[in-house]
Amino acid sequence: MIRFARTDTSLLGRWWWTVDRWTLAAVVCLMGFGALLILTASPVAADRIGGLGSFQLAQRQIVFLFLGLAMLIGVSLLDPRTLRRVTVVGLAVSLVLLALTLFMGAEIKGATRWLNVVGVSVQPSELAKPMFAVTLAWLLSTRNSDGSFPTHRPETWIAIALWLALGGLLLRQPDLGQAFLVSAIFGVELFLAGLSLQLVGLFGLVGGLGLIGAYFALPHVSARINGFLDPTAAGSYQVERSIEAFMNGGLLGRGPGEGTVKALLPDSHSDFIFAVAGEEFGLLVCLMITGLYAFIVLRSFSRLIQEENLFVLLAGTGLLTQFGLQALINMASSLHLMPTKGMTLPFISYGGSSMLAMAVGMGMVLALTRRRIGAGGPV
Amino acid sequence: MNRRVVPPSRPNCYPVIDTLPPRKFAGHGARVQLDGSAARALETGRTRLLAAGLVFALAFTVIGGRLIDLTLLSQNSEPKIAGGPTAPQRETGRADIVDRNGVLLATTLPTASLWANPHKVLDPYDAAVQLNTALPELSHAEILAKLTSEKGFVWLKRGLTPRQQYAINRLGVPGLQFRQEPRRYYPHASLTAHSVGFTDVDDNGLAGIEQSFDSKLRGAVKPLALSIDLRIQHVLSQALTDTMAEFKAIGAAGIVMDVRTGEIVAMTSLPDFDPNRPGDAPADARFNRASLGVYEMGSVFKIFTTAMALDGGIVTLDDRYDTSKPIRIGRFTISDFKPKNGPLSVPEILMYSSNIGTARIAMDVGALMQREFLERLGLMLPSTVELSEVGHPMMPSPWREINMLTISYGHGMAVSPIRLVSAVSAIVNGGILRPATLLRQPANTEIPGTRVISEQTSHQMRQLMRLVVTHGTGKKANADGYMVGGKTGTADKLIGGKYARDARVASFVGAFPMTEPRYAIFVMVDEPKGNASTYNYATGGWVAAPAVRRVVEQIGPLLGVAPIRTNPEDEESELLYVRASAKAEKVAAN
Repeated sequence: MIRFARTDTSLLGRWWWTVDRWTLAAVVCLMGFGALLILTASPVAADRIGGLGSFQLAQRQIVFLFLGLAMLIGVSLLDPRTLRRVTVVGLAVSLVLLALTLFMGAEIKGATRWLNVVGVSVQPSELAKPMFAVTLAWLLSTRNSDGSFPTHRPETWIAIALWLALGGLLLRQPDLGQAFLVSAIFGVELFLAGLSLQLVGLFGLVGGLGLIGAYFALPHVSARINGFLDPTAAGSYQVERSIEAFMNGGLLGRGPGEGTVKALLPDSHSDFIFAVAGEEFGLLVCLMITGLYAFIVLRSFSRLIQEENLFVLLAGTGLLTQFGLQALINMASSLHLMPTKGMTLPFISYGGSSMLAMAVGMGMVLALTRRRIGAGGPV
Repeated sequence: MNRRVVPPSRPNCYPVIDTLPPRKFAGHGARVQLDGSAARALETGRTRLLAAGLVFALAFTVIGGRLIDLTLLSQNSEPKIAGGPTAPQRETGRADIVDRNGVLLATTLPTASLWANPHKVLDPYDAAVQLNTALPELSHAEILAKLTSEKGFVWLKRGLTPRQQYAINRLGVPGLQFRQEPRRYYPHASLTAHSVGFTDVDDNGLAGIEQSFDSKLRGAVKPLALSIDLRIQHVLSQALTDTMAEFKAIGAAGIVMDVRTGEIVAMTSLPDFDPNRPGDAPADARFNRASLGVYEMGSVFKIFTTAMALDGGIVTLDDRYDTSKPIRIGRFTISDFKPKNGPLSVPEILMYSSNIGTARIAMDVGALMQREFLERLGLMLPSTVELSEVGHPMMPSPWREINMLTISYGHGMAVSPIRLVSAVSAIVNGGILRPATLLRQPANTEIPGTRVISEQTSHQMRQLMRLVVTHGTGKKANADGYMVGGKTGTADKLIGGKYARDARVASFVGAFPMTEPRYAIFVMVDEPKGNASTYNYATGGWVAAPAVRRVVEQIGPLLGVAPIRTNPEDEESELLYVRASAKAEKVAAN
């Protein structure tokens, strides 16, 4: 174990004493669960895809886990100002990549979300989310001279333009889930930045109407929602298997590797990995995983509440909203609490882009929640 | 300055790491104001963050609750929907054939076929001995001959059952191989053999629908729905089989047709065969008597003679004809089977099936009009039903006077049963002739047809045909409540150019219910022998009519025809008009 003396003023020494070590530990725990679940869930998926060794997907994912851990720590070393600069550039890059997917993307399961960059397929939308959350926080933390919400300042207009551009690109893929997440980040940050409650209500209404509009305008959305409401609908197969998995699991689960439903679930290693956890490890482990997500979100919120800097408050909340919502939506889909929406379970689901982007996002949260003395005031 | 000062005593707070400079444009006064308002903004942010935190906490609690609900509390609960594994759609290269209710009539199963490469068989003698144990139907010598041939490929047996394949696999004889081949299978075997037909071992349609729709069935996935109703088919087939046995007949045929659409609901030809093994059946069994066979139909043709005379305004129901003396024309004599004295009215001629009376009506109608009318009814052409087994009608050429007279009561012209039923359907359904079809027609659509007689004539013919069943030769066809109407027929068979005395075709054609006909029914028995219960009669009235009654009694409920419980007196009054003239004649005759 590396030990840092409190007087150690090296980069890592300062980091160790100021970073939120509890949250860091929780994220590492999640990654551990992720490694465990990917070992049991991915061999079936590898067989299904064919032409792969049983543990090839698991090996890949574990490599990404370590890369992710390095990324997490690396990003958490940054100070807020550097972070802000990095994210502005990062957002610009991901917007360009997103636009490129529309022209050069590979179509997988009816949507073009992947881009082939020197032999590696990446999902730019994953990277865009944390970049957007931080950039947005920077734009919204500017104030009018009287300190009120900057309704008519150019920064606000830029923020709206960025949201529309990003949301529009995501809808074109189409990836309604990511567009929803980006809009949720936008909404939460606007809310925290002090948008008047009337406007908050108005935006909530518009958002609701937008979802209803999506139901009627996008056939795959209406199919999902019909599938949720009608248990006999054709699209409810995955959810039924998922519920079956949780029922099979009971309190303690069937034991690692003993699950059967994972063989029937096409997305058992990604969107429905929580069901595999439910079947093989049971209620207790699932509650532990849920608890870890709740702990990370709420503990980081409690640290942000003590924050003196509006930018840090907004950025941290935006990032945690993304993280928490993604976990909630994934778990709620698996538990049939809402229509299925393809969304990865942070740090647990299979997927390199998702893992690295999550690591970047949580690295940013850790960077923002580090103890800084006298760091208040406008950035 | 209202910045919070963190006490330096807190150990995990490192002194100023990251001081952000104040805004360049802010002057001193503005700075104070900004700080105050910035704190307000921060305070709003914090309060709202608390709200967001509460929402998140609530959501995670819901997830936890749902987890407990699913894993612990939902155990052994009823599944929301009952369901079993569904078989995936098979790609067999040939579509299924189903009846009008979707019951499978023909399907394709993947089977294994056994072949051998004789060059690779190490010990042909031993291999033949072993194979013989698994396939006892092949002789040892036969197998040995194949296994010692010079060819590189010989079929040993095609279309193995899974059990046979397993047995052969277990033998482990080298040089034997399986090839997956689709095989046509008919689950109802002989029941629909003549309409569905069969295929050869290479899945080429050779007969029936299998042949006429061969190219459409190939590669299609959606099943082809026939107009046949398997339940009706079964009832008809059973009644005909029983009748054939009872009268020691050599064959029988029957058809049930929807008079509104021309759909053939059942079609049977006996003897039949198993389409799964068509090669084993004699040619006579494969012959479709209902569509390919043409027969002199005998007295059932009197329906057409009466209809043409009524429709052409040649006779009315009141007209009478003298039937006391046989008609002599050249070397022919036309006489009645059961002569009646004195003149008979038109209804009575049909009721008692008087040949003399019908021939006299035909004389009034004339050969030209008779021929034109029968042509209009479609009796001069082969049926357009979707089968290649359709019989060409046989008729005299030239159409002499004697032909006109014999054809009026169904001799001297042979038509297929399917044409006959179509024509009778047109007579009773209000006068519209529709093509016979074996394909299910969409429900509630008007099938186009051509008018052959007027509504009024059709109405009169319905009354007359009902009269035949209530008072005439067809009494034994009277299925209680179903208002059967029709006409019996008995025709001597033409064997070697001569009419045979003891070989005849007994038939009944009719429809039910006569108040508003829904289905036409035809039963024909080939060479029935009379027995004690029929006083040695083997006529249409004794042989075919009882079979019709049995069929109608069973299929009426299946077809959704409501039985009509009429007071016999009421029905009498319905038929008052025709009966009155008949009665009057009786009085006159006495």
